[in-house]
Amino acid sequence: MTSPDAHVVIVGAGHAGGTLAALLRQYGHAGPVTLVGEEPIPPYQRPPLSKAWLKGEADAESLALKPLEFYAENRIDFRPSVSGVRIDRQRKVLVLSDGTELAYDILVLATGARPIRLPIPGAGLEGILELRTAADAEALKGALGPGRTMAVVGGGYIGLEAAASARALGADAVVLEREPRILARVAGEVLSTFFRTLHEGHGVRFLTGASVTGFRGEAGRVTGVELADGRVIDCDLALVGVGAVPNQELAQEAGLSVNRGVVVDLEARTSDPSIFAIGDVTLRPMPIYGRDFRMESVPNALEQAKQAACAITGRPAPAGETPWQWSDQYDIKLQIAGYNFDSDQTLVRGDPGSGRFAIFHLKGDQVQAVEAINSPPEFMMGRQLIGSRRPVDKQRLADPSISMKEVAAA
Amino acid sequence: MAKITFIQHDGTEHVHEGKTGLSVMEVAVKNNVPGIDADCGGACACATCHVYVDAAWLEKTGDKTAMEESMLDFAEGVEPNSRLACQIKIADGLDGLVVRLPESQH
Repeated sequence: MTSPDAHVVIVGAGHAGGTLAALLRQYGHAGPVTLVGEEPIPPYQRPPLSKAWLKGEADAESLALKPLEFYAENRIDFRPSVSGVRIDRQRKVLVLSDGTELAYDILVLATGARPIRLPIPGAGLEGILELRTAADAEALKGALGPGRTMAVVGGGYIGLEAAASARALGADAVVLEREPRILARVAGEVLSTFFRTLHEGHGVRFLTGASVTGFRGEAGRVTGVELADGRVIDCDLALVGVGAVPNQELAQEAGLSVNRGVVVDLEARTSDPSIFAIGDVTLRPMPIYGRDFRMESVPNALEQAKQAACAITGRPAPAGETPWQWSDQYDIKLQIAGYNFDSDQTLVRGDPGSGRFAIFHLKGDQVQAVEAINSPPEFMMGRQLIGSRRPVDKQRLADPSISMKEVAAA
Repeated sequence: MAKITFIQHDGTEHVHEGKTGLSVMEVAVKNNVPGIDADCGGACACATCHVYVDAAWLEKTGDKTAMEESMLDFAEGVEPNSRLACQIKIADGLDGLVVRLPESQH
């Protein structure tokens, strides 16, 4: 346990960093807490940026994790518009981009991830956007509207959510995916097909197997996306959503253990006992799958914030959680529990045509992951089954006339 | 505006004012009330803002949505007065609302 008057410096004021600062106070940490953020505003929720916020159903106040005055009231020294540039582990000092040196007892890296930028001709044109921050979302919202055409480069969840929101705002959307199907990296074929059909029904166009080679522009503004086969897709704006990379440079340059993410244990501690790391930037153990991996999700950021807060304040470690995530598109709620590792069978419960079904990924008779479409019981019970590693009767699981409670009780 | 009392599992009370239109979950989270996790931020996707509504307020907080009912069905320690706080919107009629928090949201 850390001394109760230890100075905790959190670098990165996203969902993970903001939550940790609040939890430290909730758990009774008495020492100074400094929260350093690159963005000009206090921590906020990113998931609504591509959904409710983009459609105008949520405002800045509802996005904020806490009101601005919360930080001063709770003696959290929130420093906006500044980033960490160097860690001096010998002197236990974090050097900031404005030249300030912050002495720490405990340092927490919550630097997140950044969207991958395509190194292709025309990538610097105006109207080529990405979606990670509130400022990105503001730019996207300003560019969308009736009669506009948005090209989405990358058929992942962010791109699909933005396409759904664009349609709601009266804009056209065309999704360009390099792989033969959308969501290729994150979902199985049944789900890919379901979402493509759903979006097509709302007027979104898809080009799969479409390799983007460049952007065309006029007077410095994007007018089209060039494909490897020579086609040019006309657009008024292009949203690039092709994945993210961890902001691990600060850790790497300080000599911490880094491997496609900052390596941490289940206390969220790095290879330096005085330095923790939480959220999208980390590579963490996932005991239920017997492996380490990097997750980009809010539930993971919250779980690791809890792990670090407990370790710093001397509380017992929190129970392990089963990873999960969600997506909203049109009137569809997708809830995913677990990750599809090492599965040898895919089982669909319910009829995809009904808009209410779940896809279970199994390894033997254990559930590895579930993707539930408008099906909370399958999600909730599936999540419990993944966490408990209890075997299931696959025949009963495949039969929607048997309730999930009965399936799990068997 | 409505005054809302949150009673933690250990009996500690937290009283906060909530603006009309916000959800009961948002009032708890923005005021750092322990015991409400709200992982999904109000998307009715996680069931980690489970509360027990005081008997006197059950009628005024209205009916559960189908999605909420379905999520709650699988949460720990569910009672007839269980609700997801993200689905209770603050209105003038809820001034004085009392909710109790479960021991754990996970």
